[in-house]
Amino acid sequence: MSIDSDTARKVAKLARIRVEDADLPALAGKLSSILGFMEQLNEVDVTGIEPMTSVTPMRLKRRADVVTDGNIQAAVLKNAPDAREGFFAVPKVVE
Amino acid sequence: MSANTWTIADARDALRKGEITAVDLTMACLTAIDAGDGLNAFVHKTPEMALEQARAADARLAAGEAPAMCGIPVGMKDLFAVKGVPTQAGSNILRGFKPEYDSTVTTKLVDAGAVLLGKLNMDEFAMGSSTESSCYGPAVNPWKIDDRKLTPGGSSGGSAAAVAADLCLAATGTDTGGSIRQPAAFCGITGIKPTYGRVSRWGIVAYASSLDQAGPMTKTVRDAAIMLGAMAGHDPKDSTSADLAVPDFEAALTGDIRGKQIGIPREYRLDGMPTEIAALWDRGMDMLRDAGAKIVDISLPHTKYALPTYYVIAPAEASSNLARYDGVRYGHRAKLAQGDGITEMYEKTRAEGFGPEVQRRIMAGTYVLSAGFYDAYYNRARKVRALIKRDFEQVFAAGIDAILAPTTPSSAFGLGEQGGSNPVEMYLNDVFTVTLNLAGLPGVAVPVGLGSKGLPLGLQLIGRPWEEAALLNHAHVLETAAGFVAKPGKWW
Repeated sequence: MSIDSDTARKVAKLARIRVEDADLPALAGKLSSILGFMEQLNEVDVTGIEPMTSVTPMRLKRRADVVTDGNIQAAVLKNAPDAREGFFAVPKVVE
Repeated sequence: MSANTWTIADARDALRKGEITAVDLTMACLTAIDAGDGLNAFVHKTPEMALEQARAADARLAAGEAPAMCGIPVGMKDLFAVKGVPTQAGSNILRGFKPEYDSTVTTKLVDAGAVLLGKLNMDEFAMGSSTESSCYGPAVNPWKIDDRKLTPGGSSGGSAAAVAADLCLAATGTDTGGSIRQPAAFCGITGIKPTYGRVSRWGIVAYASSLDQAGPMTKTVRDAAIMLGAMAGHDPKDSTSADLAVPDFEAALTGDIRGKQIGIPREYRLDGMPTEIAALWDRGMDMLRDAGAKIVDISLPHTKYALPTYYVIAPAEASSNLARYDGVRYGHRAKLAQGDGITEMYEKTRAEGFGPEVQRRIMAGTYVLSAGFYDAYYNRARKVRALIKRDFEQVFAAGIDAILAPTTPSSAFGLGEQGGSNPVEMYLNDVFTVTLNLAGLPGVAVPVGLGSKGLPLGLQLIGRPWEEAALLNHAHVLETAAGFVAKPGKWW
């Protein structure tokens, strides 16, 4: 399946990556070649095969549902591009 | 020979005998690193930290309580969090990020007494096979045969270049589709991708979580055994980390593989395989046969679907993992225009911070996970992945102890020579390595000889899950028989 500029625009929007209109045809072309490569998988008979969900057959470990960490506000905010009064700051979300 | 050229095993013995101090060994590496800037391998240097750790290692050595890695100077791929040290995963989106914590591998190496020399170049978010997608510019292979600069491979290309050029004794790498083994082969060093779950992924910047696995990149198989022992082990902070005892990998290097069955997968003999790769593979079979192993023709029928499967699953996981880079909690945030809201902040930040290949993989992943395509692409790929894993399970159940294959379809290529017009061209570098990641199996790349152009070529051994010890023993036999001792001439 080949991807057109409109589809490329939609995918970029879903991925939250700004792509200028002028760059959409080239992006669509490169995504199409990647998808074309993926399409070889249509040759495989996968009837009755369960999708693989775990690399090694082991049950994930459980632990008690308790707080094991915390009280490190300064460390958490240390790398933020904009931190104010103990919070991450972002542009206004709600009018 | 200057101490930076030593192996871990030799340095360990010399340190314990008091023939050299960890400080002097570290100084030798720091000097080599400063003289090696032309390779663009070390992208963040940490000499003060290294010397402090070396002094601590000397104190432990003097007290007679030094583990194997005590005083050994290593480089860290830029993907591993090191507290207070830039950790960018080769990306502009993490410019300025200094983690407030160490990765589990970092902690384990430091606890074992290792000396951390700095961070090593890599493809952005480990997506690439040449380090050309790095925000630092490409690393350069110390091997050179003409005017061209060659790639050290990728994504752990800085690690491979640094070890091959003797800037450090060893380095950490990670391998999602071949990112330890392909650069190891291109630079003429050893690299092992352990079984998925053997080494904790905690604190390693995530690319594709069901495929990512860290491992050592070293000058010898023995060194790989020593360093893997220090990196491996159960970690409660990684839910996929296996709660299994870590064997003494070095003790397993007996050199005895008599009676072992080595599988040769017929599907790996690709049309158009260069004759020097085919000849190398044949030589590898002879070496293992001479050591008493039995060479067995095997079939892994779904091999040709491994790469397309990988290029559905890895981007899908990446699109999810990399959603965290939103300009809010760490790293880059775009300058916003008047009236820009939070969506513009995300979109501009990610457009500016991610390079083109990373953007493409995120979008390809977004596409295959989107409504209407999830079953056709993502679920189908997960089913084919189950078949690829089953191929391996069947040959191991039939008694195969290890599988021998080439590591790469060619020797190192020139910077700028691949993937310019079609990204898939670059993806084909992983054709022999990616199958293991999908199946979660361990694989080790061993340098075996020089090709017709005078560049290193490697073979790969693939082992049973959790049997890295036996796998390394097979690799040790191959290494001994090959007797690869060539080193790149210093031009940098």
